[in-house]
Amino acid sequence: MIPEVGHFAVILALCVALAQAFFSLVGATRGYVNWMAVSRPAAYLLFFLTTFGFCCLVISFLTNDFSVLNVASNSNSQLPWPYRLAASWGSHEGSLLLWVLMLSGWMAAVARFSKGVPNDMLSLILGVMALVAIGFYSFLLLTSNPFDRLLPPAMDGRDLNPLLQDPGMVIHPPMLYMGYVGFSVVFAFAIAALISGRLDTTWARWSRPWTTIAWAFLTIGIALGSWWAYYELGWGGWWFWDPVENASFMPWLCGTALMHSLLVTEKRGSFKVWTVLLAIITFSLSLLGTFLVRSGVLTSVHAFATDPERGVFILGFLVFVVGASLVLFAWRAPKVGLGGRFDLVSRESALLANNVLLVVAAASVLLGTLYPLFLDALGLGKISVGPPYFDAVFIPIMAPAMFLMGIGPISRWKKSSVPDLALKLKWAFVVSIVSSLLLPFTMGTWSLLVSFGLLMAVWIALAGIVNLWTRLKQMSRGEGRTFWNSVASLPNSYYGMLCAHWGVAVFIVGVTLVNGYEVEKDVKMSLGNTVTIGNYTIRLDALKDLEGPNYTGVEGSMAILVDGKEVDRMFPQKRLYTVQQMAMTEAAIDTGFTRDLYISLGEPLSDGSWVVRVYLKPYVDWIWGGAFLMALGGILAVSDRRYRKASQPENGTEGVTASS
Amino acid sequence: MMASARFLIPLGIFIAVAAFLFKGLSLDPKEVPSPLIGKAAPEFSLPLLNDFEAPFANGDMTGEVWLLNVFASWCGPCLDEHPIIVNFARSTAVPVVGFNYKDRPRAAKQWLNRHGDPYTQVVVDLNGRIGLDYGVYGVPETFLIDQQGIIRYKKIGPLTQMDVSQDIIPLIEELSQ
Amino acid sequence: MITKTKIIGLMLFFLGPWSFAEEAPLLAKDPVLEARVKAISLELRCLVCQNQTIADSNAGLAVDLKNQVRDMLREGMNETQIKDFMVERYGDFVLYDPPIKGTTMVLWAGPLLMLFIAFWFSVRFVRRRSRNPDAYKSAEDIDRARALLKD
Repeated sequence: MIPEVGHFAVILALCVALAQAFFSLVGATRGYVNWMAVSRPAAYLLFFLTTFGFCCLVISFLTNDFSVLNVASNSNSQLPWPYRLAASWGSHEGSLLLWVLMLSGWMAAVARFSKGVPNDMLSLILGVMALVAIGFYSFLLLTSNPFDRLLPPAMDGRDLNPLLQDPGMVIHPPMLYMGYVGFSVVFAFAIAALISGRLDTTWARWSRPWTTIAWAFLTIGIALGSWWAYYELGWGGWWFWDPVENASFMPWLCGTALMHSLLVTEKRGSFKVWTVLLAIITFSLSLLGTFLVRSGVLTSVHAFATDPERGVFILGFLVFVVGASLVLFAWRAPKVGLGGRFDLVSRESALLANNVLLVVAAASVLLGTLYPLFLDALGLGKISVGPPYFDAVFIPIMAPAMFLMGIGPISRWKKSSVPDLALKLKWAFVVSIVSSLLLPFTMGTWSLLVSFGLLMAVWIALAGIVNLWTRLKQMSRGEGRTFWNSVASLPNSYYGMLCAHWGVAVFIVGVTLVNGYEVEKDVKMSLGNTVTIGNYTIRLDALKDLEGPNYTGVEGSMAILVDGKEVDRMFPQKRLYTVQQMAMTEAAIDTGFTRDLYISLGEPLSDGSWVVRVYLKPYVDWIWGGAFLMALGGILAVSDRRYRKASQPENGTEGVTASS
Repeated sequence: MMASARFLIPLGIFIAVAAFLFKGLSLDPKEVPSPLIGKAAPEFSLPLLNDFEAPFANGDMTGEVWLLNVFASWCGPCLDEHPIIVNFARSTAVPVVGFNYKDRPRAAKQWLNRHGDPYTQVVVDLNGRIGLDYGVYGVPETFLIDQQGIIRYKKIGPLTQMDVSQDIIPLIEELSQ
Repeated sequence: MITKTKIIGLMLFFLGPWSFAEEAPLLAKDPVLEARVKAISLELRCLVCQNQTIADSNAGLAVDLKNQVRDMLREGMNETQIKDFMVERYGDFVLYDPPIKGTTMVLWAGPLLMLFIAFWFSVRFVRRRSRNPDAYKSAEDIDRARALLKD
């Protein structure tokens, strides 16, 4: 009964979306106030119905209702309940329901938190989002109903893929989808601005916080996915340039460009056309990602079970949404006026260059990801494009962007002078060069790549400090404030920017050092054997059998010794998930600020010993730490008081002069 | 006019990409064409399943059009295609050589006893070394080799009746003329 | 004699099993060779897997190919020869680092080309913009934005 109710709620949701799209769009374009009044309550209703439907699916999973096909295929009575919960979005169907839940959630949030937006604009925005929603709800109902019954019911379920039975995987998809779907908000703002012809700086100001928060979610989602790969796949890799990873990375790159471009549009009125186009592209890439993951056109480790029929549906939808937006763009954009004037050396130029680099980087990732498909479609043979290509292409494109990250925030709007910039940044520059040349020696061997990576990281970090310092000095000197008063009066958005940029620096340190100095040992270990890696000696003390809820396995007990003294114990496991008969390596990881000790149990050998892999991964956690700092920066920026109290009179001036 | 044409560029690029994606839906990214087609079949000399002392070399087949069928008793899809191989061997005069890939000879013999032995000879590639030369990666695989020892056709995965009637038989007729 | 060994054994027993602790042997007999095998395997695609290198996969074919790489390195072949060997059998599909040739020109030149085009457009745009006379218009815009947000 519950699944049918849930199914019915989702059907109702589709009807609501249809009505909402019709009344909002027609109402807004014709100026019917009564019609426009529908859009806000409709968004709430849509969110309510979808939440209701989603809860029905969750209940089916939690209560082990194996008469539901989705539950029978992706869950099991022995599965612990948090994973049963996560299993509700573990399949294609369930994840699609999560997707529409997020979409309706964003719509409700837009309806709730857009007080300053005029009614007709809000109607347009929600109408556009409702159009997107119609596509996804029909996709769900027509091709991928998560509530389908299984007759006769299964005795027990086929269990969730063991790879997904992990805390990281419980929250990774919701975060990622919040990001993907969140970009639909700025997309809707852009389309609404194009339709209404009001492509001024206001729309940029309204949509900026939405973009930033979606971007922060996406950042966390990607970081969680990478972290999961690191500890779950058992060999400590964290990024593989797999098509599915690229599918999430491309919108991230474009979203990053979009945030910066929105900044210029809001503050200076420039780049209006470019910003609108970026908003469209970013969301299009989110949709493209959905298509790539669910259609089976590319081979990936992470793809869902695919079905060409679904592929046709999403592609049709993609063509409709993106095609229509780009037609609208080509029609409306030429009428948009130019913005404020600026010089070749100015913050605008630096941000433009950064935008260009980010978008070219995203385009290169797209090219590499789709190239095998292009060749195949043209009948020119099959090739693979993997990490060697992406590393070779991506890093040189991003390096100048990293360099600009130091210069952009400190340069002035409109017109900056090279000597002035040089004066401000000369120490940061000298120190970063010297330290990047010397620092690798402290780690052991010197290598060009490590030195180069550190150069960028130190440069970004120091330029941020110089920026903060100059700003504080200006304030205490020019406005006669005390130091702490100046610190407190700088807006959150400014600190957010610094935090995100430092996050990039931290990230680069992690990537550089772990690539440069990782140590790996594959050994044959018997009880009592030790293996020495770096300063650590690892001793295998015991092996015991493991009896989990839905798996059996072996757990090693390892003592970690430093200078002969035991400092820690680690317990790597090898599990066999009984339902799917799948072996999983549960690595034991000792996380540290400067290094991870990573032990993974391989295969048993005929003489009773075990293959054991140990890694010493210096600074690897800085990779995810950096990503979380970036996301934190985004959240800080959104928490800026000008978004909360838009009515304060001094806000406007500060917005332009200080908080950028 | 030129000025607004600029704004159509994104649309143009998108349409091109979408066209490729649409084409991509009907392609299988996992199907890899063999680079061996049109090239001489790699040489081998392997023991026969029934007689380990007697080696069989692919050179022995020079002058004939023949089929090389890679199979193993551990491979499920091989069982699916087996009736088609049996049928093919029965209805044509083309010799079919079995290529027993990384299998235990006893298991292979039992398997053939149970499901029928359509092969004129069965060679044994115990460790898969020769299979590597033939680029075998998805057993079963089937090669059609011509009189000069050149590979004319390769199928990865189970052979279907369609493959036989639409590709292999016409190719054999063409080669035999 | 016997008692002596027994006593030593007993002593060792009380010292705990840790006194036997000895360094576990490396899995690879020749670590240098193994490092080269790994480096090459990391750029070869496992054909039967979803999207994995043969280094990361334990599938039968991946193991065979790793052994093949090891054998060939032992025979003194270099990386290029080994990759050629693989391409001969499986085609370019097996290489994660696509070779530069006619069909991959767009792939390899594309990013650079895009970068040039994008910068050419941007510089032209900035040049035009630095001479842009209607700056006042955008100032008006900004004022309007502020006014709207105050509502």
